[in-house]
Amino acid sequence: MAIRERLSGNEAVAYAIKQINPDVMPAFPITPSTEIPQYVATYIANGEIDTEFIHVESEHSAMSATIGASAAGARALTATSSCGMALMWEELYVAASDRLPIVLALVNRALTGPININADHSDSMGARDSGWIQIYAESNQEVYDNFIQAFPIAENKKVHLPVMICQDGFITSHGVENILLVEDDKVKAFVGEYEPEHYLLNPNEKMAVGPYAVSNYYMETKRAQRQAMIEAKQVILDVAKKFEEMTGRSYSFFEEYKMEDAEYAVVIIGSAAGTCKAAIDHIRNTTGKKAGLVKIRVFRPFPEEELAKALAHVKAVAIMDRSEMFSATGGPLGAEVRAALYQAKSSAETVNYFYGLGGRDITVADFEHVYENLEKTAQTHEPIGMYGYIGLRSEQEKEV
Amino acid sequence: MKDTVEIRWHGRGGQGAKTAALLLADVAFKTGKYVQGFPEYGPERMGAPITAYNRISSEPITVHSNIYEPDYVVVVDESLLESIDVTKGLSKNGAVIINSEHTKEELAPMLHGYEGAVYTVNAKEISIKALGKNYPNSPMLAATVAVSGIMDKDAFLGEMRASFEHKFAKKPEVIDGNMQALEMAFQEAV
Repeated sequence: MAIRERLSGNEAVAYAIKQINPDVMPAFPITPSTEIPQYVATYIANGEIDTEFIHVESEHSAMSATIGASAAGARALTATSSCGMALMWEELYVAASDRLPIVLALVNRALTGPININADHSDSMGARDSGWIQIYAESNQEVYDNFIQAFPIAENKKVHLPVMICQDGFITSHGVENILLVEDDKVKAFVGEYEPEHYLLNPNEKMAVGPYAVSNYYMETKRAQRQAMIEAKQVILDVAKKFEEMTGRSYSFFEEYKMEDAEYAVVIIGSAAGTCKAAIDHIRNTTGKKAGLVKIRVFRPFPEEELAKALAHVKAVAIMDRSEMFSATGGPLGAEVRAALYQAKSSAETVNYFYGLGGRDITVADFEHVYENLEKTAQTHEPIGMYGYIGLRSEQEKEV
Repeated sequence: MKDTVEIRWHGRGGQGAKTAALLLADVAFKTGKYVQGFPEYGPERMGAPITAYNRISSEPITVHSNIYEPDYVVVVDESLLESIDVTKGLSKNGAVIINSEHTKEELAPMLHGYEGAVYTVNAKEISIKALGKNYPNSPMLAATVAVSGIMDKDAFLGEMRASFEHKFAKKPEVIDGNMQALEMAFQEAV
């Protein structure tokens, strides 16, 4: 029987860490992820787990120590947000190219400046090319479930890549919601003991981790990383299937909500997907119009073909980005979803919206407006702005 | 009662409005509800206006936005009435509950013509009488439960006693005072 609880997203991740009892957690505090190492430190102080907590002087050191521990053969993780992850930048690439199965609990927060502590995806979207698997959550339940699935994905011998488990700062990290927890023994059995194949502390196998690679070797390393990302797709599905057998909760690369007959679809990442679902229910109940949603869970690897298939029958798609990439065109999700649709020779109209930057709120009414625009776009074949903003104060909106 | 009851809390940093919202989520959760309790953070400093929110429902809640058309508004610090339109978007069928020693007639000019019910609770006086200190958030929590009818009085007080017994395991002498504060606020509000 699942345990009925109410927890914030940060509490849920910390609880998953307690149930997994990893070997090493180096961490440096930053809002809004600070509570995660704080709760884990309490579990350790109370003797509930025997994880080695390393107090470091910066996030650069936090990820460096996590890499060192993982290379030595330990199950290692850390937590951070925003500028904290920016300070880990170099190490993110080291972790991925060294093929270390590290897990990072990322609480998404806008990057500076202006300085801002609230949710957007500029931190993880900036790291989308670093070679990490990225898994996002709509709710506290999902971030907990994703965290339990993280180590089995990362440590699979076909994958051996670091995994970022992302949730929206404050919205889920500090919001208390109902949650169903899995029993400790079941989580332990699901995640299993980590038995590294190659590791620095193995006296019978001398090896180096992260040496210099001349041009003759570097490119093959990158190709191998790409292969691991390709292999990760099936592993992510296999782990999700096993998780569903344990909990009844089903996961894939993305969730399709009311997409069976949808004519107008939103593609979005994170907590705002729940608000969009409420808008869809309201639209369908009051007007009968066929609104649907595709909520991206796995952004890296990117499920290009699967996504194009899910959107194959829609008339118009709104792709919603919670981060800028200053291409002077669209955002990162917009660019990749449009590429997927183009590749699949889709004829759907597309609009790419920016929303929620620096924690700007997005409401059910905002989503209803998005679906109204999609309907107009489908009728006129003229996008209401190739690139638009939701929630921007009106004067600036005109400049877009 | 509506399917989902939405509540907005206005307070100042350090007064416990966020804690009260989380406590309300807690106690509603324990009576079998689906709950949300979440703060809205601006600049983090003592004394700055803060907002916290609750959604309470018998069905799962997916909406993750702030609340703009609440059923109830709770004002933990009446000095906020001067700078914030606390009844903005508030349902006429709902109520605003204000921590104040003034009567609702005296406060009416600061409520921007709000047509719904107004309740005042002297949470400071209740807290000082029951606990010897000014902790307004527990009395305001009790008043909110009383006015909104989210749960019945006995269920609320029972869950709160259990929660205090857990929270104050090392200083059980404060439990009765806290329970008395809840009782007094419940009486004053209804």
